[in-house]
Amino acid sequence: MTVTAADRRTAETAGIHLARRRLADRDPALAWLFLMPSVVYILALVAVPFVLAVGFALSDVTAGDPSYDFVGLRNFERAFDDPVFWRSLGNTFFFTAVSMVLIVVFGKVLANILVADFRGKWVVRFLVLLPWTTPVTLGAIAWLWLLDSIFSPIDWVLRELGLLGRPGALLGAESNLFWLGEPNLAMGSVIAVHVWRLTPLAAVIMVAGLVAIPRDLDEAARVDGAGWWRRMFEVTIPLTLPVIAVAALFGAIFTFTDMAVVDVLTNGGPNNATQVLTSWAFFRGIDGGDVGQGAAIALFLFPLLLAAAIAILRAVRRMEVG
Amino acid sequence: MAVVELRQLVKEFDAGRVRAVDGVDLATEEGEYLVLLGPSGCGKTTLLRTVAGLEEPTSGDVLIDGHVVTGLPPRARKVAMVFQSYALYPHKTVLGNIVFPLRAVGMKRTERERKARWAAELLGIAHLLARKPRQLSGGERQRVALARALVREPLVFLLDEPLSNLDAKLRTSARDELKTFQQGLGSTTIYVTHDQVEAMGLGDRIAVLSDGRVRQLGRPTDVYDDPADTFVARFIGSPPMNLVARDGHLVGFRPEHLLPQEALPAGAGRETVPFTVDRIEYLSGDRHVYGTVSGLGEETRVVARLPATVGTPIAAGQSYDFAVIRERLRFFDAQNGQRTEAVRL
Amino acid sequence: MTAIVGEAEAATLRRRYARRHVAARIGVYAAAVLAAFLCAAPFLWSMVTAFKQNRDLYNADNNPFTFNRPATSDHVLYLFNSTAFGTFVWNTLWVGVLVVAITLVLGLPAAYALARLDRPWAGWFAVAIFLVYLVPPSLLFLSLSRIVVDVGLQDSTWSLVLIYPTITIPVSIWLLIGFLKGIPRDIEEQAMVDGYSRVGAFWRAVVPLAFPGIVAVVVFAFTLTASEFIYALAFVSPTSAKVVSTGVPTELVRGDIFFWQSLQAATVLVAIPIALVFNLFLDRFVAGFTQGAVKG
Repeated sequence: MTVTAADRRTAETAGIHLARRRLADRDPALAWLFLMPSVVYILALVAVPFVLAVGFALSDVTAGDPSYDFVGLRNFERAFDDPVFWRSLGNTFFFTAVSMVLIVVFGKVLANILVADFRGKWVVRFLVLLPWTTPVTLGAIAWLWLLDSIFSPIDWVLRELGLLGRPGALLGAESNLFWLGEPNLAMGSVIAVHVWRLTPLAAVIMVAGLVAIPRDLDEAARVDGAGWWRRMFEVTIPLTLPVIAVAALFGAIFTFTDMAVVDVLTNGGPNNATQVLTSWAFFRGIDGGDVGQGAAIALFLFPLLLAAAIAILRAVRRMEVG
Repeated sequence: MAVVELRQLVKEFDAGRVRAVDGVDLATEEGEYLVLLGPSGCGKTTLLRTVAGLEEPTSGDVLIDGHVVTGLPPRARKVAMVFQSYALYPHKTVLGNIVFPLRAVGMKRTERERKARWAAELLGIAHLLARKPRQLSGGERQRVALARALVREPLVFLLDEPLSNLDAKLRTSARDELKTFQQGLGSTTIYVTHDQVEAMGLGDRIAVLSDGRVRQLGRPTDVYDDPADTFVARFIGSPPMNLVARDGHLVGFRPEHLLPQEALPAGAGRETVPFTVDRIEYLSGDRHVYGTVSGLGEETRVVARLPATVGTPIAAGQSYDFAVIRERLRFFDAQNGQRTEAVRL
Repeated sequence: MTAIVGEAEAATLRRRYARRHVAARIGVYAAAVLAAFLCAAPFLWSMVTAFKQNRDLYNADNNPFTFNRPATSDHVLYLFNSTAFGTFVWNTLWVGVLVVAITLVLGLPAAYALARLDRPWAGWFAVAIFLVYLVPPSLLFLSLSRIVVDVGLQDSTWSLVLIYPTITIPVSIWLLIGFLKGIPRDIEEQAMVDGYSRVGAFWRAVVPLAFPGIVAVVVFAFTLTASEFIYALAFVSPTSAKVVSTGVPTELVRGDIFFWQSLQAATVLVAIPIALVFNLFLDRFVAGFTQGAVKG
């Protein structure tokens, strides 16, 4: 319908403005306008580098010789030939799996503590958040001393308790446990610090799930006669499963691609016992200067992550109860 | 012996700043349908939750079946509760929901399912046992909640406004079903609602609450015809009782008792009430006439309800001689709202 | 079903449940104390260590939790006077503030577009955003180093301001979508009837209501930014340009020599304020996740 000038005049006397619809009202255009900045930013600084990374992985670029030459899958072959790569891969899976199990279990317990009502709750919340809110390098450095091979306070306590440092003691006659020097202990230490760090975040996410359960359901279960265990395992946990899964997914992705704790505590040692894919990629790509190799190793992560994420998201959708 | 008895029950929240229940004494009669009626915040839900064991009283006692249960958790009290939201476990099937309380007491599987089917059949939902709550309509969900309450064979049923989530049309039929269900079982039931129509329709006795106290406890006819104070008088009945101030008293009469002179039976002692009509509403065959009265006391805006059988022509803006049968007048103290003896006018 | 039989039995039951109740309360307190201890113990210990003399610290027989020699503030002072700690903190702060600002400016409208302006491709977009999150810094840092050099921001703190939003924006959009979906449409529609355009309605009616979600995003984004170190390590070498997470380790660790006391002091000084702020906004953060995670 064409709006004539006469129409406009009559409308305006009634206070109605028949101006052409301005941009601020055009929904489709507006949607694009609102989205474009983020999309452009992400494309430029994530998509492009991702493609570049793929490109590097297929090249022979090094820090010394930055010229680009396509070499096909040779970087991958070289990586696969290197036993440290496979060791790293295995370590990464082990590290992630064990960490995630511990994080989910402890996180759930912590979440329950955080929703309970008691005096001093604010202080407890504050203390419990510290591991997550501290910059990871700083927190890890604090642990570095705690796990030191000579001065470790943990060893001191163990010695005082008589569990260490005497012939016939439970943990051995040495004056120290080499938390970061003995391969199995090193892996354990790295896992422990990582779990210590991520559990608060997992707990907070799970608190969100717990809080979302309508109070009625718990009360109905109480009136119906269910005790604490039954309520927990038959009502609370099934209903928070979607959130637990999301927390686990977040955590697993984070852990799988994380190298902070490894880098600070052990630098991948001793003898690559705690080397994970990411730290190995960093080692080869930056420290070693072999950009192509580094990219190939790091790229290896992506398909695995994608598959895992899709699987878990599907499972969560199915679990979603109305 | 009363199934549920409350003695001097007091419940405070917020370190004593809020008194939700302010000294309530109540005893149910065997097999009765007792309604706790009152506006929001009057303490009726808190009272119900105290009987269930979901709240502990600040002072006073709760007795079930003659035993003091104060301090016992819900599962030790042999009560069943239906929440406003029905609180169906969304991740379980209808059958799973109904057997849940039976599993809590360790009943064997075959026995559980038998009982569940019995309850389901009683409520006409046997064909829904494999469904999940989100696949059910509001009315069906209510019946599942009732079945779950039923299987425990409780001493008392506690219902917290279970009809408020249903749409208006469904409410009437659901009300009917509830009453039939309860009468068939003969179990004592305590029912909470803010809707006085529901209360009047369902209750064997009604406890009208306000500010944590019971204003009146009685049968629907008693609460309607002989209100104990102005609160009850105005809360019950739609439209509410008219109150006219006069000499330190409030004179009350129900809208249906304010009629044109000629419509009243001859010979009945009556009080003439000059009535100036303001506007008229036609509702379900009755005429609701709004206007002002004088001569009875202060000039007050009142409502008269003329049934279809009274055909006297009424027009807005006119004044008429209306009257109320003297026996129908109720008198209240203007200061504290309590019911007083009849006063000569 | 526990049928109450006799008066005596009822009394016994009452006592038993009262005892259980008390036991449960004790259990909760015990668990809370244990959890708090396990999480915070390293920091508590750090606070003691920061004030220890060298001879006290480097003695394997000394009790690490008390002062065997008088406490000294030398090392803490060293941190402030002889290292660029102040600079690091300042850098972390302004980078954090700018990154959060960029995240909101880019992310909030994007989240609104996806949550409200019903476009058919909205669902796909949300999935794509999640996929972006899957691409980790550990994969991108190599190529991003190249890009940073090409843009001329090598060794400048500004490179971090440019790159960090890639980490914070995807998660923030995801959180914000959840929040915005929780706001009833009525509010915007009312604003539009009242005379505002879609943009006006968004700005005046929706944003104020989404405030809790925005706060949650701010806190989370800041924490992520302050903690990040891979990019910081890869892009920025000059000391004066570093942030706390890379500056402190490199400044206070020279080869094999760790300035432990100063390191611990730095850790505590950085950790406590962030945790305090996070705790203040924890409730809002939780609310954001409820709506984003479970329903998003």
